[in-house]
Amino acid sequence: MAIKRKIDPFFWIAVFSTVTVVVFILFPLIEMVFQPSVQDLKDAIYDPDVLGSIGLSIYTSGMAALISFLIGTPFAYLLARKDFLGKKLVESIIDLPIMIPHPVVGIAILGIAGKNHWLGQLMQQVGIQIMGTVTGIVTVLTFVGLPFYVNTVKAGFEAIPVRLENISRSLGASLSETFVRVTFRLAWRSMLVGIIMCSARAISEFGAVVIVAYHPMIAPVMIYERFTAYGIKYSQPVAVWLIVVSLLLFLLLRICSLPKENQK
Amino acid sequence: MINIKDLFIKFPGFTLQDINLSIKDGEFFMLLGPTGAGKTLILEAIAGIVPITSGRIFVKGREITRLPPEQRGTSIVYQDYALFPHLSVLKNITYGLRYHKNDPKASKKRVTRLMEQLGLQPLAQRSIHNLSGGEKQRIALARALAVNPSVLLLDEPLSALDPNFREDIRDLLKKLHQEVETTFLMVTHDFAEAMFLGERMAVLNTGKIDQIGPVHEVFHKPATPFVAKFMGIKNVFHASFRNTKARVHNLELHLQSPPGENQRYVAIRPEDIIISRNGTSGNDINSFQGKVMGVTDRGPYYEVSAGTGNVIFRVMLSKNDFFKLELQKGKDIHISIRSSAIHVF
Repeated sequence: MAIKRKIDPFFWIAVFSTVTVVVFILFPLIEMVFQPSVQDLKDAIYDPDVLGSIGLSIYTSGMAALISFLIGTPFAYLLARKDFLGKKLVESIIDLPIMIPHPVVGIAILGIAGKNHWLGQLMQQVGIQIMGTVTGIVTVLTFVGLPFYVNTVKAGFEAIPVRLENISRSLGASLSETFVRVTFRLAWRSMLVGIIMCSARAISEFGAVVIVAYHPMIAPVMIYERFTAYGIKYSQPVAVWLIVVSLLLFLLLRICSLPKENQK
Repeated sequence: MINIKDLFIKFPGFTLQDINLSIKDGEFFMLLGPTGAGKTLILEAIAGIVPITSGRIFVKGREITRLPPEQRGTSIVYQDYALFPHLSVLKNITYGLRYHKNDPKASKKRVTRLMEQLGLQPLAQRSIHNLSGGEKQRIALARALAVNPSVLLLDEPLSALDPNFREDIRDLLKKLHQEVETTFLMVTHDFAEAMFLGERMAVLNTGKIDQIGPVHEVFHKPATPFVAKFMGIKNVFHASFRNTKARVHNLELHLQSPPGENQRYVAIRPEDIIISRNGTSGNDINSFQGKVMGVTDRGPYYEVSAGTGNVIFRVMLSKNDFFKLELQKGKDIHISIRSSAIHVF
């Protein structure tokens, strides 16, 4: 039997706060999941519009994560490894999309993609349409998701001792060979976590998307539409399915990113 | 041959300057200095890992100042081993081979031989986790030498090891150096390591080289008070000279020969000062009456502070001698110093 010791009041404050936070987050979500009847859920999932919007949500978020992976990885590597003039500024710029109100993001992107802007005209000439297209959705989702990918992966790169790369170089490997054979092999978990963070952020985006592309309809826009048109009862089943599908996906990725027992 | 000419590196808060070194082919050269003196920086400048402000570096007559690390033919071993955690022991060792494939058969033979010499054969397929520090450092050495570098850069390779492994690896380093043609350049802050392994050494003092020379010469004839203290000479005094006499405060020391010009210090190793109770050491000219000012137990020996006039000598005494002399604080003693034990610089 453990010896009892006097417990500081702060401990109880911490316990109370923990319980409050957990309940505050979980209670509304759990309640929402259990409020729709099984029949409602069934109807929703057999509705091709619902299925299509959830599919589109996952597809566009996945694309945003893929683009973030492709351009965010070398960028994060540079931030993690090199000191340069204006680095602090660049680091602040990458955080901007987190701070800007979501509709403002949508408006800003429309502002340069429209007919009145040279970039918009140029894009039109090569056949890229932002307004009301999947391309437009992917663009805004990348905009809002990129900081989460870059910051996560940057921290991952920083956790790899630079000496390992130095050794690799001194043994004859070039910078790119070193990246492939050492850095990437040690950082892929944080890249996976970055992809989860980025697509989680993207899948939850509403404000920016609704401005750029009301149609084709991603799941959050559909939930909003059903809420305003028919009320809470009609929007809940879609919300539940969106939550269930994204939770499953993230859980799967998360499991892949866990270190194996012997590598801890 | 490694030639470093006027190497100058400037960082915010630290400057490495006037580094001129010439290291012979196949030499075991030591870079000695306290933490923060810039030793590792010199190694990393040779390896091409840190940018240099100015200066030139040559290896075997080829200028490498502007080459990327992978084209320099220099391997580096760090004190924390820096093994690739995602690779097995064998894959760590053979990591660099694909970039040096002039003769795959010779490479393979070389790796086999290195693994034998370092006793790594039984570990080949193991993961590098859960190995001892000694094993890890042997792997790091094998990995560095597998690519047959012109220069092996060793950054305090013994510092992180337990004392029993430290001696093993130290002996291994000496043996390896005799068996391979590579030039070894090792950084350490331990002069005993430097004495055991090195042929010549350079002593670094906050970004500058204080002295370069054969290890024994630096050990016995330090050129600056800093080097003297670093070599464990605890008695370094400012002195004025006249003929063969040196004056330290009010104490007159007889020297073996007249000092050269511009010499300002005398240094006496703590083990070269003799303490007796009744001055029986006889005909010594440098013999003074004194008192024990303090005693410190240093584990294997005692360090006695012996005062005469206003000079205090630090003297190393074996435990045996210490008890025979029945020394304690305040006792009267005789202090004597052979003229030949007084180093002037």
